[in-house]
Amino acid sequence: MSLLPHKSRGERADQSFRGLTLIAAASVLLLMVGLLVELALNARQAMGRFGLRFLASDAWNPVTQEFGALSSVYGTVVSTLIAMLLAVPLALVIALFLVELAHPTVARIVGSAIELLAAVPSIIFGMWGLFVFAPFMATHVQPFLGEHLGFLPLFQGAPMGIGILTSGIILALMILPFMTAVMRDVFKMVPSVVKEAAHGMGSTTWEVTRKVTVRYGAIGLVGALFLGLGRAVGETMAVTFVIGNSHRINPSLFSAGNSIASTLANEFTEASEPLYLSSLVYLGLVLLLMTLAIQLGAQAWLRHIKKTLGGSA
Amino acid sequence: MKKRPTMGRKVVDAAVKAFSLLASLLGIFFLGWILLEVGRRGLGALSVDFFTQLPAPPGVAGGGLSSAIFGTLLITVVATLIGVPIGVLAGVYLAEFGKHNRMGASVRFAVNTLMGVPSILIGLFVYTILVLPLGHFSGWAGAVALAIIMLPVVARTTEDMLGLVPDSLRESGLAIGAPRWRVTLGVVFKAARSGLVTGVLLSVARVSGETAPLLFTALSSPYWPTSLSGPTSNLTVTIFNYAMSPYKDWQQAAWGASLLIMACVLALNILARVAFKEKKQ
Repeated sequence: MSLLPHKSRGERADQSFRGLTLIAAASVLLLMVGLLVELALNARQAMGRFGLRFLASDAWNPVTQEFGALSSVYGTVVSTLIAMLLAVPLALVIALFLVELAHPTVARIVGSAIELLAAVPSIIFGMWGLFVFAPFMATHVQPFLGEHLGFLPLFQGAPMGIGILTSGIILALMILPFMTAVMRDVFKMVPSVVKEAAHGMGSTTWEVTRKVTVRYGAIGLVGALFLGLGRAVGETMAVTFVIGNSHRINPSLFSAGNSIASTLANEFTEASEPLYLSSLVYLGLVLLLMTLAIQLGAQAWLRHIKKTLGGSA
Repeated sequence: MKKRPTMGRKVVDAAVKAFSLLASLLGIFFLGWILLEVGRRGLGALSVDFFTQLPAPPGVAGGGLSSAIFGTLLITVVATLIGVPIGVLAGVYLAEFGKHNRMGASVRFAVNTLMGVPSILIGLFVYTILVLPLGHFSGWAGAVALAIIMLPVVARTTEDMLGLVPDSLRESGLAIGAPRWRVTLGVVFKAARSGLVTGVLLSVARVSGETAPLLFTALSSPYWPTSLSGPTSNLTVTIFNYAMSPYKDWQQAAWGASLLIMACVLALNILARVAFKEKKQ
């Protein structure tokens, strides 16, 4: 028998098991870094040619080889803004309804339905948006808005059905189930003792919600907000179907536009010139940086809330 | 003591309650509208031919999407075979070895970040690492893109599910002399089995409806997929192409494909829920 410490078979197997899991874990890290590096490398040509001017230019002309991100960024931001403005209050009150007002059986059924709807693929929303909702917008909603709010430049122009407003509404419908489900879980986690105490003081349901539940669940609600935002910004198919694919910036929400994701989906396989391709990758890089900024912003805000409210994570 | 007026507060409360009921009805109405419309238009397109025939040119009667159905199945299975094992192992690392060290923290950060990356950018990434160097679109690239989307989801659920297993179980395994790997695979995995199955099913459901990452990787093709080394027929990109075409019968087929995809994704989700509930009881 050897006197030197000798590794048993079990120990060696343990080490290789640990090594294997480490490799898998490291691969996720590598992918994340690789994603950034690859996009940056492939965007190099367009970066060298246009620099940061890319972000401020609304040119998009494959023939003259002039490219700018402004129209796509504008469409992304505006459609996301519309989606958040519609979906956040709706998700909040539906979650409130499910937790505080609805009969438990109703809440359970509607709750499961909402969870399932959150899983419906985005292309389904795209199909519905293009063939069902866009014609509905063109014949009912847009003429109505044009008639009553037409003095605003936002609601002027021909009611074509497709366009930035329609994409925003469809995005809202897409993120609604998901945000509702998260917000409902947040509301559910608030201990009933806390709520009962507020009710005992004579608060109405809305006051309890606004002053107790929302504050108690602030961290979770902000999380839900940012998750929804992250989804809306990068959503491709639901938007590509209905946004209209136009590189012109028009103040009217009825007009056709473009988002970064829809530009990529529509043009990437057709781009034959290296500079065209590189500009599209550059556009992708802008989107990646936007989503990273949203995630980092979410984390920073969460830390801030934790500090000021002292809530539990 | 100053008395607060109750009237205004009660009115506001009633208004908010009415608004929340209305909003719920509105939300349910829209979502019900979507489901019904997909069901109604999709059912009209489904037939035996839809499942057994190859795509027909526009204007030609008959034809189906058998090649796209098979291609989607193939790409999803390959993606699962790549994504799930790596994802589970990464999750094991996070839950068992990387709880309190720096490597664990950075991997956890990467997992969360990667989960939030839009799927179209994953497609772009795979295009630059597989399609561009090899010079052609391929089903393999599509499967890799889907696997990358699954990876963080599986890793995260695995970590969460293994984290629910009490340490006492691990300690008793180690105390009877079992090596760490046997404790993890034989004891911890067994205790967390239903959660792991749920996580895998949900991630498969998520990627089987993905379109954007396949646009620049698998592309699509009207032919029966005999291998994954060229553009590979699949349902979701076919829906996109057909829906954007001006042909009525292609648009009809796109509705059929939409219904099929939606039904499969919902079925997988329900299955995952049932699998999880059974364990809890």
